[in-house]
Amino acid sequence: MLRRYPRTNLWREMGQLQREMNRLFDSSQQGRLFTSPSYPAINLWTNEDGQVISAEMPGVRMQDIDISLTADALSLSGTRHPDEVARDAHFHRQERSYGTFSRTIQLPFMVDPDKVEANFKNGVLTIWLPRAEADKPKTIAIKPGK
Amino acid sequence: MATKKDQLEVQPREEVETQNSERTRAQRLFVPRADIYETDKVIMVVAEIPGADEKSVDVVVEKNVLTINAYIEPLQPAGYELAYAEYEQGDYQRSFRLSDQIDREGIKAVVNDGELRLTLPKAEAAKTRKIKVVAA
Repeated sequence: MLRRYPRTNLWREMGQLQREMNRLFDSSQQGRLFTSPSYPAINLWTNEDGQVISAEMPGVRMQDIDISLTADALSLSGTRHPDEVARDAHFHRQERSYGTFSRTIQLPFMVDPDKVEANFKNGVLTIWLPRAEADKPKTIAIKPGK
Repeated sequence: MATKKDQLEVQPREEVETQNSERTRAQRLFVPRADIYETDKVIMVVAEIPGADEKSVDVVVEKNVLTINAYIEPLQPAGYELAYAEYEQGDYQRSFRLSDQIDREGIKAVVNDGELRLTLPKAEAAKTRKIKVVAA
């Protein structure tokens, strides 16, 4: 997990972020081993304006998903309910699992909570997390010396 | 059967083994996880095909083999770079052998929330026919 350092220590934070990103890139390239610490598995896209998180959760109903956001962490929780099977049904094959899930994803930057959007379509949850304006890097203009 | 209190876990994804033939799509092909259960009237197949809708799923019955094909349009947010991935997007394919008791004409398929639900009705048992015997 990413730890947040005091704002004043920018270099340290940047170094940490860089190491994290390198680690993430390495692990996603190593023989394409796709693993996830907990349900649901997520994919994460970034650019300078924010990030997009997607998660596959087929069979979870929209009303059974809870998304909550703190300053720098996103929590996903919910339940996947099994089919309401008639009592006389018997299973030939049961490969899918059911139950509750809860996962917290640390965000590498502050998010503008009013602009966060989430949609759920065909069992795929997509959350758009724009970076807060105040958190974006500023370009410093250099003035010629006199 | 799993109870509600169980914690959901991410299950590994199995890839379809292609023999002799090569894929003509860039994406990988996965075997969707499925539950199959039977009641007195129907056999239900529930398969996970996240990302597919009713337009991108094909269900074909050929002889006694039912094949599901789901073609996924991969999610790629415009202007964003993939920074971290825990799952891979791909198409889905799986075949099931149907027993003779399935009524081929009555098969129904519904896609909702990334699940494909196949209802395979059992055919009514062949009724015994009585042959009337008449005197010559």
